[in-house]
Amino acid sequence: MSTLNTQHLRNYPQKPQQVYLYGTCLADSLFPDSGIDAIEFLEQQGVEVIYPQGQTCCGQPAYNSGYQDEAKAVALAQVAQFPLDIPIVIISGSCGGMMRHHYPDLLKGEPGITQFCDRIFEFTEFLVHVLKIKLDDKGEPEKIALHTSCAARREMGVHITGRSLISQLENVELITHDYESECCGFGGTFSVKHGDISGAMVKDKSENLVNADVVRYISADWGCMMNINGALEYQKNSLRGEHIASYLLKRTQHNKKQRGE
Amino acid sequence: MAAQQLDPNESKYAASARNFRDNVKRDLGNQELRENFRGAMDYLVDKRKNAFPDGDELETLREQCKLIKQRCLLKLPHLLEQLEENLQANGIHVHWAETITDANDIIAQLIAAKNGKSVVKGKSMVSEETALNDYLEARDIECLESDMGEYIVQLAHQHPSHIIMPAIHQNKKQVADLFADNIDGFAHTTDVDALIGEGRRVLREKFCQADVGITGVNFAVAETGTLCLVENEGNGRMCTTVPDLHIAITGIEKVVEFLDDVPPLLSLLTRSATGQIISTYFNMISHPRQSGEKDGPEEVHLVLLDNGRSQAFADEELRQTLQCIRCGACMNHCPVYTRIGGHAYGTVYPGPIGKIVSPHMLGLEATNNLPTASSMCGACGEVCPVKIPIPKLLQRLRVESVKAKHNGEPVMKGEGSGRKSIEAAIWQVWSIMHKYAFIYKTSMWFATRLRKLMPNKIGVWTSVRTAPKLAPQTLHEKVQARQNQQQYKQLQGGK
Repeated sequence: MSTLNTQHLRNYPQKPQQVYLYGTCLADSLFPDSGIDAIEFLEQQGVEVIYPQGQTCCGQPAYNSGYQDEAKAVALAQVAQFPLDIPIVIISGSCGGMMRHHYPDLLKGEPGITQFCDRIFEFTEFLVHVLKIKLDDKGEPEKIALHTSCAARREMGVHITGRSLISQLENVELITHDYESECCGFGGTFSVKHGDISGAMVKDKSENLVNADVVRYISADWGCMMNINGALEYQKNSLRGEHIASYLLKRTQHNKKQRGE
Repeated sequence: MAAQQLDPNESKYAASARNFRDNVKRDLGNQELRENFRGAMDYLVDKRKNAFPDGDELETLREQCKLIKQRCLLKLPHLLEQLEENLQANGIHVHWAETITDANDIIAQLIAAKNGKSVVKGKSMVSEETALNDYLEARDIECLESDMGEYIVQLAHQHPSHIIMPAIHQNKKQVADLFADNIDGFAHTTDVDALIGEGRRVLREKFCQADVGITGVNFAVAETGTLCLVENEGNGRMCTTVPDLHIAITGIEKVVEFLDDVPPLLSLLTRSATGQIISTYFNMISHPRQSGEKDGPEEVHLVLLDNGRSQAFADEELRQTLQCIRCGACMNHCPVYTRIGGHAYGTVYPGPIGKIVSPHMLGLEATNNLPTASSMCGACGEVCPVKIPIPKLLQRLRVESVKAKHNGEPVMKGEGSGRKSIEAAIWQVWSIMHKYAFIYKTSMWFATRLRKLMPNKIGVWTSVRTAPKLAPQTLHEKVQARQNQQQYKQLQGGK
């Protein structure tokens, strides 16, 4: 990636004492454990995590479907949930892209929107650039693949941070799969409105991941993983995706039994 | 405007765009077609990548070219007048066409005035837009495509499936069979060089017989009154030098202000399109044959077509659509195009650029399926040489498509035509549910408790995937429980 792609350049703050966690609607109802894992992992880094109970969804589904007013009402309700001037860490690149890069347009003219958007950090971006984290791998040697969501890659420019976190895990070998940068075919309502095309895309993506011959693949986006894992399960393949928050927690956790807990 | 809608040529594309969903089903099921596209797109993606070894240089050029095109668009009305003035001073005639019928009429009249019977064409997507071949053939004028890809497509009675590589949907075996069926004395071969040699042999004769040459234009320079034409096969040069009459046709957005604007645009165009540092031919046409010159046409004409472009121009955001220099990189990198191919779109321009430009040409009513047929992955915007924010424009077209009726001046032809009351109602309910956290949390509480009742078949989703399964407890609940536990521990610790 070019260093001149200014959209992805930003100033990062010092390590804060407190952060907000934005759990996303998908993690909330389908994959809550990854949210808990993210909280636990951040706390282990000495950061207090606040999870506002009033959060729901970033508004992306309506926004992407062209229903601006409906999306705006939901987006404004989210902004109101995060009053403190501390970072908001999001465990999804696509919701992060929505709140960081689309809120300025959607909520143009609303007070404090620029400052709000400046506080949005995708999870891996926050770990690498704000916490400047050093990982201590405690897990067994294994081969994995990494799926970066398109929003993380192209909107947020944070595909590099996921990769750099994995590279810190010394017992983990990251295998590059074919067409790694290609979309998995999810695209929110696209997967339902144009199911045939989306289906063809996820079929190819899951095949490419299977051909990488890895024990699991990691991603920081549940939208993509719901799509790809669903396809893998349908194909009766045992390969699954795991959220990077859960994976990092697992790899770096001291064995509780050894510590006598 | 009503007359334009009834135009048989326009409705041809409008009708095929309306059939998008059926076209997609048809072409997704064609394994050979899919392999042809995947292989060709991989090749082009690779070529482009190798043509830009320095990412910083690429970004600098993209920014520069975006600014050039934006400047030229800001001054568009003025530049078009300047272009007309300078072309006329050079002896090139200028014609204005608001609709595709206007353009075809103008061209037919120019040919009739010369009593022309046969036309050779260089590659021109704008002439595809006007369906010029059909129009002229209906008037007994033979119209031969001279670009190798276009020639193949014409023999097969098809349309281009790609704006740079019109016959990319066919492999060499299919082309060999096509030649065998259509060219007398063709010795069957699947050797690519031999196939191209055979095509060139046929075309060479036609160049010498043709009365008229018709080409497109890549850049029309206002400052000097020059028409620039980028090509690889030399057929463009033949079309513009051999026949006595040369007619160029292009869209109004192709005008650039200065001659100096051309080199950076050209450099990005050829590298983005085919990975070439420069095309094999670059023609600059500044006047008809002058006294003492041994070749060149006696008359040169330029037809400038609007066909919905001024609708895009009128809106500051949608105007960015007109920055396009037609390199095709967006389609080469598009995961949707790579799978469904170019014909499924049903429009003249396929792929991401087709999705944002066609609604202005055919109206949103006919093209409603196009803006939604994107996963918004952003690959197109990432490679666009002039930085058109294609995903953003797709999103905007989705907004225009489902817009509720209002009394103001419409932004686009067919706006609001994609709005379905049931879908609108669903989003309204969705919005209220997600605006008020207590409604959301209550709904999610019930949903997770009733998860066993969730269907395991949900429409098209479960035709290739299993249904997502709701968790027993939401993250909201889990966080609350965790906090309660921690507080309890703290209290106990405090005792």
